Amino acid sequence: MPKDFINLLADLEEEEVIKLTKQRLEDGEEALAVLEDSRKAMEVVGDRFAGGQYFIPELVYSGELLKQITELVKPHLVQSGETKRLGTVVIGTVAGDIHDIGLNIVEFMLNVNGFEVHNLGVDVPVEKFVEKMQETSAPVLGLSGFLTFAFDSMKETVEAVEAAGMRDKIKVMIGGGQMDEEIRKYAKADAYGKDAMAAVSLAKKWIGGN
Amino acid sequence: MEKKWEELSWQEKREERFKKWLSPDVKFSTPQAEKLYKERVTRHIKAIKLEEPDRVPVMMPSSFFPAPYAGSSLKQVMYDYDALKKAWLKFMNDFSDMDSFGGPALVFPGRAMEMIDYKLMKWPGHGLADDVPTYQFVEGEYMPPEEYDDFIRDPADYLLRYFLPRAAGAFAPLSKLGPLTVFVGIPVWYITQFSDPDIRKAYQALFAAADECGKWMDVVMEVSKASLEAGFPNLWGALNGAPYDMIGDMLRGTAGIMMDMFKRPEKLKTAMERLVPIVVNESVMSADASGCPIVIMPLHKGTGGFMSNKQFETFYWPTFKEVLMGLINEGLVPMPFAEGDYEPRLEIIKDMPRSSMVWWFEKMDMAKAKKVLGDTTCIAGNIPVTVLCTGTPQEVKEHCRRLIETCAKGGGYILTGGAALDEGNPDNLRAVMEAAEEYGTY
Repeated sequence: MPKDFINLLADLEEEEVIKLTKQRLEDGEEALAVLEDSRKAMEVVGDRFAGGQYFIPELVYSGELLKQITELVKPHLVQSGETKRLGTVVIGTVAGDIHDIGLNIVEFMLNVNGFEVHNLGVDVPVEKFVEKMQETSAPVLGLSGFLTFAFDSMKETVEAVEAAGMRDKIKVMIGGGQMDEEIRKYAKADAYGKDAMAAVSLAKKWIGGN
Repeated sequence: MEKKWEELSWQEKREERFKKWLSPDVKFSTPQAEKLYKERVTRHIKAIKLEEPDRVPVMMPSSFFPAPYAGSSLKQVMYDYDALKKAWLKFMNDFSDMDSFGGPALVFPGRAMEMIDYKLMKWPGHGLADDVPTYQFVEGEYMPPEEYDDFIRDPADYLLRYFLPRAAGAFAPLSKLGPLTVFVGIPVWYITQFSDPDIRKAYQALFAAADECGKWMDVVMEVSKASLEAGFPNLWGALNGAPYDMIGDMLRGTAGIMMDMFKRPEKLKTAMERLVPIVVNESVMSADASGCPIVIMPLHKGTGGFMSNKQFETFYWPTFKEVLMGLINEGLVPMPFAEGDYEPRLEIIKDMPRSSMVWWFEKMDMAKAKKVLGDTTCIAGNIPVTVLCTGTPQEVKEHCRRLIETCAKGGGYILTGGAALDEGNPDNLRAVMEAAEEYGTY
């Protein structure tokens, strides 16, 4: 009963969804089918988060449940099925700043909305952003920062991308704690997003996909 | 006959504390300094009591700003206490019209933290680039979930024997210590532990760090005394926080405590309950020592988005409210600094005794805050830090003007930043004072 599975996971019913996962695998169901249902459940979680029904604690918990399910499924995986992705987004918290809560939520939301996400983590030096943008040819760069110090790091990162000759090929979005439209102008980014949902709609606008 | 302290109402206790705050135990440098000091404290007291002062009081959003302002850096003043003193005194003298002065007690001595191999913080030159003007905290699951019961049984014991050994490399051997309770009755068994070479080494590191901290504290006290003598009140009577943040920030981590809300809600609640009297007691002791009744309380993890209103009401607010009431009943004035967006919480937090505290907001529609809280609580905030950092003095002044027009009516408002300016244009800070003087007179 895949529909039950999706609902159980989306409703964060830990005990029952883990039991059902084991049951489905024992019944010889395709491991990939379980993963596909998990993905659908995560979409529901993402929608509920976007709709203000879920908050960060629910995202964290659903991520934990997904990890448990993936562990159970892994031994049954014959081949890894690559899902088709809408496009690539590189994200990271800028140099000098080690905050990652918002960053990880943006990763989660971009992921469940079909983007391939390269999350470079925190305190990312300017050169590392530039390298990754060159390597992936990603059309979108997302810069995260929580501190006022990050204003300048964002500016420097955008300038480095420009110096590397990539500025006209990519779009830059910024977000996090102290960011706003003022800082977008200051850092010469293309857009400021107030939350993870804004990051998704900006990526969709720039890359395509409904 | 005079009533005993415990027989006084919270308002009476507070009046006693206000009196002490108005007459600190210092010799003012000039009669003018004394006059200004009393005016400044009175300005704050009236704002807190929801009366109209002579003008809107200003809390300068300056934090570490004195360092770059004096041509130094946070890194330098963390290691060179003479530079620390000079920078803070220069700032005080150059911004002589401030309503209060934030001393350098939050500029921690870098060398002492190195000596104990402190792991919970990164600072410029130590995990962060030399020019970073602030520190950052390294969150982690320093308390695994299965240790909740140990913490609940005896928080102080837990912090000494489990948390400290993980938080600082030099204190790792303290995990070998036994519980202090054997000391009751037979002291020698407990004392014997200190013959262990590892434990001795840990305490030697502690004493060495203490010597370093002592040198630093001498400077902090010297600056604090100088600022009082010059007529600047201190607003940081004590510094404390909410039980949920204490467990989330440093024991369980953000993700850890969020999981606990689902997987072990009762343990989390019990642990927070355990902290309530401890936080109140600690704040009373600090405020007694400092002579200022205001308790600044930075709040982190209860902000909008970080949890639903229902989760806030279930997990965050109950024990925090108990702490607030405990402080108020001791005659103290809690001043939580609500980091992030507290707009969704306004209807929940409004339920407090009239004029008993101050709410300081970061991101907030201040018109709404004034509407919901204005009749009962003094509010403070919230010049956008982006404007302070990147705007012109005119823009800063304009923001302040609008804030004053929105919030100042009838008293109960303190003008300050949504967060502090760590470096930038000094004229942006001058513009804040100018705005208060130009638009904030009652």
